[in-house]
Amino acid sequence: MERLKEIIAAHAGQEGPLLPILHDVQAEYGHVSEEAVRMIAAALNLSRAEVHGVVSFYHDFRDEPDGRAVLKLCRAEACQARGVEALAQGIAEHPRVKVETVYCLGLCSVGPNALAGAKVHARLDAAKLAALVDALAAEVAA
Amino acid sequence: MTLVRISEDALALACGADEVAAAFAAAGCTVERVSSWGMHWLEPLAEIGGEGFGPLEPEDVAAVLGGTSSKAVGRIEDHPFIARQQRFIFARAGKTRPLSLEDYAAHGGWQGLARAREIGPEATIDEVVQSGLRGRGGAGFPAGIKWTTVARAAASRKYIVCNADEGDSATFADRMVMEGDPFLLIEGMAIAAHAVGAQKGFVYIRSEYPHAITKMAAAVRASAHLVAPFELEVRVGAGAYVCGEETSLLNSLEGRRGEVRAKPPLPALEGLFGRPTVVNNVLTLASVPWILAHGGDAYANVGFGRSKGTMPIQLAGNVKHGGLFEVGFGITLGELVNDVGGGTASGRPVRAVQVGGPLGAYHTPADFHLPFDYEAFAAADGLIGHAGITVFDDTADMSAQARFAMAFCAAESCGKCTPCRIGSTRGVELIDRIRARSGRAPDRVEVLPQMHNARKTERSLAEEIALLEDLCETMKFGSLCALGGFTPYPVLSALRNFPQDFGADGAREAAE
Repeated sequence: MERLKEIIAAHAGQEGPLLPILHDVQAEYGHVSEEAVRMIAAALNLSRAEVHGVVSFYHDFRDEPDGRAVLKLCRAEACQARGVEALAQGIAEHPRVKVETVYCLGLCSVGPNALAGAKVHARLDAAKLAALVDALAAEVAA
Repeated sequence: MTLVRISEDALALACGADEVAAAFAAAGCTVERVSSWGMHWLEPLAEIGGEGFGPLEPEDVAAVLGGTSSKAVGRIEDHPFIARQQRFIFARAGKTRPLSLEDYAAHGGWQGLARAREIGPEATIDEVVQSGLRGRGGAGFPAGIKWTTVARAAASRKYIVCNADEGDSATFADRMVMEGDPFLLIEGMAIAAHAVGAQKGFVYIRSEYPHAITKMAAAVRASAHLVAPFELEVRVGAGAYVCGEETSLLNSLEGRRGEVRAKPPLPALEGLFGRPTVVNNVLTLASVPWILAHGGDAYANVGFGRSKGTMPIQLAGNVKHGGLFEVGFGITLGELVNDVGGGTASGRPVRAVQVGGPLGAYHTPADFHLPFDYEAFAAADGLIGHAGITVFDDTADMSAQARFAMAFCAAESCGKCTPCRIGSTRGVELIDRIRARSGRAPDRVEVLPQMHNARKTERSLAEEIALLEDLCETMKFGSLCALGGFTPYPVLSALRNFPQDFGADGAREAAE
């Protein structure tokens, strides 16, 4: 929890610091725990309900850890026009990789696209997508 | 040594630009990483002495250097896709290293800010008013009027907020500005701050754009001394589409749930932290340096009707030549899709074209005569939005697209107003029934004797479609913001233009 205090302290004096703090906490711990909510609320003079409300509103924050690697697959209209729905049907549940839906990565002329961490992938087909999932799974296992 | 220029735009990276760049470096070339030309079907595109080669794979490098490559596309500047454009915002695209202050200054950077400082805040606003620049985020509100309101508001602290929460599918121009020419956006914000008397600016970038976030943050640090005393800060969204709506974005910046605020009060008077705030889209702010450097009149001379200047149009989806096409307003939809875009990537006939992102209408080729202009599209029951165009071929199922529009609204609704929050979910259910041609029998609650106003008989397909139209009407006029208010555009346009996908024949039979 020392690290959590440091994160909160690093944003002291910032205007509207809640989202930047939550991003840092999410990046550090992989989720925003009940305890983190309590500490952040106390530090910012907010109620826990207010902080919880923000955590639950945004898709990027989660309140429980999920050890799986995340692959964000774009399923918005431009990727639909390029056949992402057929790809998405073919994805099986994977124990170490979670394939999440995202609406638009801004690569709409070369879809279907996916984002893993900060790495973007375009022109996906079934084989490329499967290879991507396998590579992510190997990273998690390592 | 041969100088090779390759884009480091996220789209080029996604297509494998790093691997191609490494192959050129290994072959002894000097590799310069620049912004993207916007010819996306050619990425990764390499430029050597003005000549272009793409789309490249690492194994193509030897042939390119040996002069035998089959992927040569000739001089990039003469390529029809580039030669037909009129680039104001993307004047530097493909030519400069995004984070080089030297390159930016050498290609006309900071001239607008210098002129704004020279002529003073009032004359700066006059230039913007004169230019006729309208908000590029979708609403098309005149930027000069917004700025005037903020400038006249008396307050000790004012803000400039750049809306870089570009969530619409088929749009990527904001991302390309931030990744390819970040100093341009910074210059535009500094001019706005100078004009209205703001001390602080925020760039609110969506979290789905990690490369843009990194680039903008680095550019803000590198140029801090040039825009001082104006201060800039990059903020990152958290995956909420609705935060692209300006009041919801302000709530998010303040650290709240991204719920829409009722207007009035206008953000221009009571915006971020209750202070007068300019909220403009990336493309609006990025248009400003050119206007100041060349004059508002020169800008207003380009365009069509009341839509002045240029618009970076984004060609996406199932299109052969996808990418960024900046041109003065007035070009027709058909020219964009067929001449510039080259038709579909799959080679099949174009069935539908969605203009303006997930909240934009689906047009058929019968609308290809429409000029790209805010008023012309509004008159045809459509909208330009952020100028994204998604092309679909004849395999598209338009009732499925209509269902997606409702499902998207349900997933992204902030929940504040009922037409959007509940209407979108009811819309999905309704379209599912229409797609299944199932009709709907009254449920157990509806048949209760005390439910006086509930319908007791089964609804036919035609009646279900009428109900969908009625629901869209409620959402259109009853929602607080454009998310719920514009979701009916794709739904109704799909219903109107592609009735056969909604079982129209069956519906007619049932009615007879």
